[in-house]
Amino acid sequence: MKKVAIIDYGMGNIDSVGRAIEECGGQPILTDQLKDIAAATHLILPGVGSFCDGITNIKERHLDEILHEQVFQHQIPFLGICLGMQLLAEVGKEGDTTTGLGWIEGEVCRLEATVEDTRIPHIGWNEVLITRESPLFSHIPSGQDFYFVHSYHLRCRNVDNILAYTPYCGQFVSALNRDWIFGTQFHPEKSQKAGFQVLKNFLAL
Amino acid sequence: MLKVRVMPTLLFKEMGLVKGIGFDSWRRVGSAMQAVKVYNMREVDELIFLDITATSKQQRPDFALVDDLADECFMPLTVGGGIRTLDDAQKLLRVGADKIAINTAAVEIPELITQISERFGAQCVVVSIDARCHPDGRYEVFTHSGTTATGREPVQLAQEAERRGAGEILLTSIDRDGTMTGYDLMLIRQVSDAVSIPVIASGGAGSYEHMAQALHEGNAAAVAAASIFHFTQQTPLEAKQYLHEQGFKVRL
Repeated sequence: MKKVAIIDYGMGNIDSVGRAIEECGGQPILTDQLKDIAAATHLILPGVGSFCDGITNIKERHLDEILHEQVFQHQIPFLGICLGMQLLAEVGKEGDTTTGLGWIEGEVCRLEATVEDTRIPHIGWNEVLITRESPLFSHIPSGQDFYFVHSYHLRCRNVDNILAYTPYCGQFVSALNRDWIFGTQFHPEKSQKAGFQVLKNFLAL
Repeated sequence: MLKVRVMPTLLFKEMGLVKGIGFDSWRRVGSAMQAVKVYNMREVDELIFLDITATSKQQRPDFALVDDLADECFMPLTVGGGIRTLDDAQKLLRVGADKIAINTAAVEIPELITQISERFGAQCVVVSIDARCHPDGRYEVFTHSGTTATGREPVQLAQEAERRGAGEILLTSIDRDGTMTGYDLMLIRQVSDAVSIPVIASGGAGSYEHMAQALHEGNAAAVAAASIFHFTQQTPLEAKQYLHEQGFKVRL
């Protein structure tokens, strides 16, 4: 059984991620404790809310150091969801500029309205256009709809990190990857069958 | 391209789901858990769950109930009713709500919009506005499940909500609620054109055509409906098939 540590840092709907992992055959534990995180076979950083609060909460709990060690030294597969993906960036430009975890080269910026897409936040189902083959999208066709709810996006500086785009406000990076680090701007835990497939693919890593 | 959403609304009152007409004459329509399971199986776009007696009875949200429902709900869930504090919002998000709808509190303690938005992001704050049309054509916002007049105009309240950090407006016409005679297109258009956040049209859907009107003429980003799904054979999936045929982008 895959033991999935879902990082609890006081940011949002972690319970639904836990339930989805259960449904996908994993054993979730919601935690901010080193011993649980060290025992996990997979790590998920969920979260909704502000970049600044998110990174502050992570650092207060020393989760930045704990996660860094597990991911970079022990090569534990990692998935960041929504804010959990954005926090991987070097900086967040939400209000003041805040330093992120810095695992992915890039910055988090607000979506900018275009003539076609005027309403922000971007809320609802939109397609994910896969740009590079990845085990995360195994059995998922490019163009599949996933659920989004966000006002900010991660602008990747290294295009090799980009897994998928979504067309809204121009286009933004909706999935990224570096080694065994993955991130989705959409919410797989709220995207029904297609979302569960993403989580199952992650658990299979 | 972003799809238009069709969202069933579940109204909760004293242990079960109800549906009324004009925010009155409530009929029981079954258990909340059963409805969530059915909608989950049918893969609807999103669900709205509103406890319509919590505020009037001065109760806090029923966190245990939302926890149970969210455990069966693998689609986005908006929860409203009785939310008065940041702590209420945090607890609801924690047990599995994705978005928090505030109605009475948006008028009485508007700073709560800002607090939730700053802490958890604009995307999870839905300001729910219930409005009636007066004989002179003027719209007025009502709170406490439509029982308390506020003297406020929906357009102005929606703009204030956006300014304070709301991510979405759920706009319900009390006059049309449960009548299945169509959305109040004038109301929806006025509010939708006045803000740049998405507006969910609610109140009055009786046919798929009504939904197309709310999206096209009302300029809504999504449509919510209850009676049509409780009391007729029409379904969210068929609604989207119809909308697709009419040229709207939907998720099928």
